[in-house]
Amino acid sequence: MEKKRDESSSVKLVGFWVSPFVHRVRWALKFKGIEYEYIEEDIFNKTPLLSELNPLYQKVPVLVHDGKPLSDSSIILEYVDQKWKPNPLLPDDPYERAQAHLWARFADEKVLESAWLALCSEGKTQERAVKQAIENLEKVEEKLKGKRFFGGDKIGHVDLMMGFVSYMLPVWEEVAGVKILDPLKFPAVAAWTNNFLNHEAIKAEYLPSRAETVAYFQWRRKELIPVYASYSRWSNK
Amino acid sequence: MDAAKSFQSPESLFVVHSESARMATETVKVLGCWPSPYVIRARIALNIKSVEYEYQEEDLLGGNKSDLLLKSNPVYKKVPVLLHADRPICESLVIVQYVDEVWASGPAILPSDPYDRAIARFWAIYMDDKWYPRVKEGFFSEGEASKIAFEEADKGLLLLEEAFTKCSKGQKFFGGERIGYLDIALGSHLAWIRVIEKASNVSLIDEAKTPNLYKWAHDFSADVAVKDVLPSTDKLYEFAKLLISVMKGSTPEK
Repeated sequence: MEKKRDESSSVKLVGFWVSPFVHRVRWALKFKGIEYEYIEEDIFNKTPLLSELNPLYQKVPVLVHDGKPLSDSSIILEYVDQKWKPNPLLPDDPYERAQAHLWARFADEKVLESAWLALCSEGKTQERAVKQAIENLEKVEEKLKGKRFFGGDKIGHVDLMMGFVSYMLPVWEEVAGVKILDPLKFPAVAAWTNNFLNHEAIKAEYLPSRAETVAYFQWRRKELIPVYASYSRWSNK
Repeated sequence: MDAAKSFQSPESLFVVHSESARMATETVKVLGCWPSPYVIRARIALNIKSVEYEYQEEDLLGGNKSDLLLKSNPVYKKVPVLLHADRPICESLVIVQYVDEVWASGPAILPSDPYDRAIARFWAIYMDDKWYPRVKEGFFSEGEASKIAFEEADKGLLLLEEAFTKCSKGQKFFGGERIGYLDIALGSHLAWIRVIEKASNVSLIDEAKTPNLYKWAHDFSADVAVKDVLPSTDKLYEFAKLLISVMKGSTPEK
């Protein structure tokens, strides 16, 4: 249950209950020990609040700090890390930081995108998406070898950006009837999943129940299959 | 700078940044191809910081990626790649940020305030992911599709004109009195924008519609960190004609 906050809360987060992009921000705020007011927005029935805070995209998450809004989960995470210095999520060293940014992009542009496509397609398109998702996971496996977290011993920016793999990917696999993250093929990723979900900041933060999440994505898959089937670029990838 | 501020004690000269200072002297190499706006970004950033670097031109049109490129960027196999002390950094905006952080003693590229940094990153992502693809689509498609794409690009430019007003706060550039992250992000596209304006007979950065960006475009192109790496419209126009014929004539190499 979110704590009741008054209107003068300096940190507000506008989110949607099942969005992995929103969950990332919640983990980051928890990790930093930042208290915030959570505002649920039904993205299928958007209120004027979202148009006001994120006029260009009207998407969640939106973080509002001292009245100033920010959108895009990776931008928000970086902002939070810079604004609240204790418990850093990004490394100090510029090269390591650049690598973290690259892996964060890989998480969204490759890992999440291919898994999402596998969820929202069928037949040959789905087969290709699953193959792509597995190839992407192979790179993740290599990166994680011998490490507890992407950041090493401690959880970091990349762990939060990749966090959806630990709890969302298994749901998408079940809904789509595919296997991507086979623990025998990806022991390091499987181990990381456990380390991640058992981390105190992650465990303590809200995550929707598996049953609710499965039901939601079953509905989304049905809605989105015809939409993605009509995008010729997807079938050409 | 007044005398009191410019004095530094001997100890402070050897302060905490010895590791960064050492890193800042290591060799720098850029793998690129001259028409690429993304490569131009990396080079402008290095120029702002007065970093000496070796530039290696990759023959991407001929499909001959060097072994060094394939080794340095195995995931995306793309330029630019910055090699610093033989360690690769990829993705143009990541490179720009990296350069800003390593050569911290040079003029700042990103704003120091976290919120302003976040806004800069937001608009750079918009430029790359939303706006510029419309421009490209306008150029590469035909008829109605092209018209719609250019109309969307025009709308986007109005947003960017507004963003410029907010970020520049009355000064010459997005970054203020000197070029910064957003100037680099948008300005790197100027050569292609001019080619596309010429080839498609459209006016994108238009004196009447986007007067501030119009002036900014001139100021940016003339900047000392930019003028030698932004290709001339004529040279790029010839390259664009070649690129189109390659795309139409042969199976594109993926």
